[in-house]
Amino acid sequence: MRNKFENLLIEFARIHRFNVRFFKELFTPPYEVKEIIRQCYEIGWKSFPLISLTGFIVGFVFTKQSRPSLEEFGAASMLPALISIAIVRALAPLVTALIASGKVGSQIGAELSSMNVTEQIDAMEVSGTNPYKYLIVSRVIATTFMIPVLTFYVAGIGLFGGYLSIISKDQLSMLSFFTQVFESIKFIDLFAMVFRSIVFGFTIGMVSCYVGYFSSKGTEGVGKAANSAVVASMFIVFIEELLIVQIMALLS
Amino acid sequence: MKKQVFDINYDDCVVDVQNVYKSFGERDILKGVDLKLYNGENLVVLGRSGTGKSVLIKLISGLLKPDSGEIDVLGERVNDLDDRELQKLRLRIGFSFQNSALYDSMTVRENLEFPLVRNKRNLSRAEIDKAVESVLEGVGLSYAINQMPSELSGGQRKRIGIARTLILQPDIMMYDEPTAGLDPLTCLEINELINQVQEQYKTSSIVITHDLACAKMVGDRIVMLLDGKFEREGSFDKIFDTEDERVRPFYDYNFIV
Repeated sequence: MRNKFENLLIEFARIHRFNVRFFKELFTPPYEVKEIIRQCYEIGWKSFPLISLTGFIVGFVFTKQSRPSLEEFGAASMLPALISIAIVRALAPLVTALIASGKVGSQIGAELSSMNVTEQIDAMEVSGTNPYKYLIVSRVIATTFMIPVLTFYVAGIGLFGGYLSIISKDQLSMLSFFTQVFESIKFIDLFAMVFRSIVFGFTIGMVSCYVGYFSSKGTEGVGKAANSAVVASMFIVFIEELLIVQIMALLS
Repeated sequence: MKKQVFDINYDDCVVDVQNVYKSFGERDILKGVDLKLYNGENLVVLGRSGTGKSVLIKLISGLLKPDSGEIDVLGERVNDLDDRELQKLRLRIGFSFQNSALYDSMTVRENLEFPLVRNKRNLSRAEIDKAVESVLEGVGLSYAINQMPSELSGGQRKRIGIARTLILQPDIMMYDEPTAGLDPLTCLEINELINQVQEQYKTSSIVITHDLACAKMVGDRIVMLLDGKFEREGSFDKIFDTEDERVRPFYDYNFIV
């Protein structure tokens, strides 16, 4: 029991050091600009097809499911306002974060742990390269930057899906749909969306890198790291969502 | 098969390991190890699997920290260096890993360029290309420049791994099981390459192995790690001139006497 408690404390200390080191390395040169751009491409650009499909389906299905309830009160014309608030305030950041946890998190976890198992991280270190800066900082910056970009994209494509769902039953021009959308969204909603997605992006990057970087040796470690990256980052994203919702409610 | 002896300066100790202890959990691996590597020398460290041979060279290159004891490399005390100083020292130490540790996502050219581009940022494209082509030619694999590591055989990967460390022209080389998992002819080629590196690049090397043919072919001096300590030291013939039951079977098995 005591051993388990000690191990838990050691793990917390290691996580703390890992986080502190990120901010230390972030501001010290040399800056890995080329690697950051490459990671943005890997993490951001390569996620577009999956994110597009998911965002569109979420918008379309959410609108379709909301219609009967609104129609019951004769408020079907409120659909654009409803979906814009739902997508911008909650669905876009959360759906993007969950999809990214699955796709990007597992990718980072598996990649880093397989590099760890095959001693590629050690090889980097002995050849005079700081592997933390090259592998971790670049990936965390890329997720922190690209998840908000993907979130905006998901919001846009989700709203488009919602629009298509509406016009499958009603007559509504795209101009009047988006006019209603922008009238319903306030600055605080957009701020909350960006803030959330930055937090989620940073979390996914840090958690996935941590489990990959400190994975156990052996091929089993690769599978475990990929799995833990997804499970742990999703879990933390949900907790953060809960906290941010409470904070935003207090602010507004 | 007899090792050709190159210039060794026994007054210049490039690696000095003093009374080093290292354990992992409850398991004591190194129990007060002392070791000296002299300038220009190929030192072979023999020992059974799991006796801490690889741990020793990881301690020397600062990848692991000793529990106690001192390690001096090229006049610097490794234990006292901060990350930046350690990074600088490592540029003078080449490390060839047991499984080559080539970067899977990069071509051979990119693997070789990687340490150079990152540590000598003022080099022009032409200078980098020249350095890459030169080390590749040195290990006899010029044709593999655009191949991916997954397309190479075990022996080729070992050679590229060695070439990647040579590109920074290190003073000290560490070879971790250079012939493990290779056929006898490829082992022979790798052993010749290790001697060629010693001659051409004037390196001092530590070769970790349990392959006695390799030890005989590349070692100027051999030490044997037994129960966490170096208990035997000397030439190949001297090491095995014993009836010690921890040493003798090692020899008998390798040469199937």
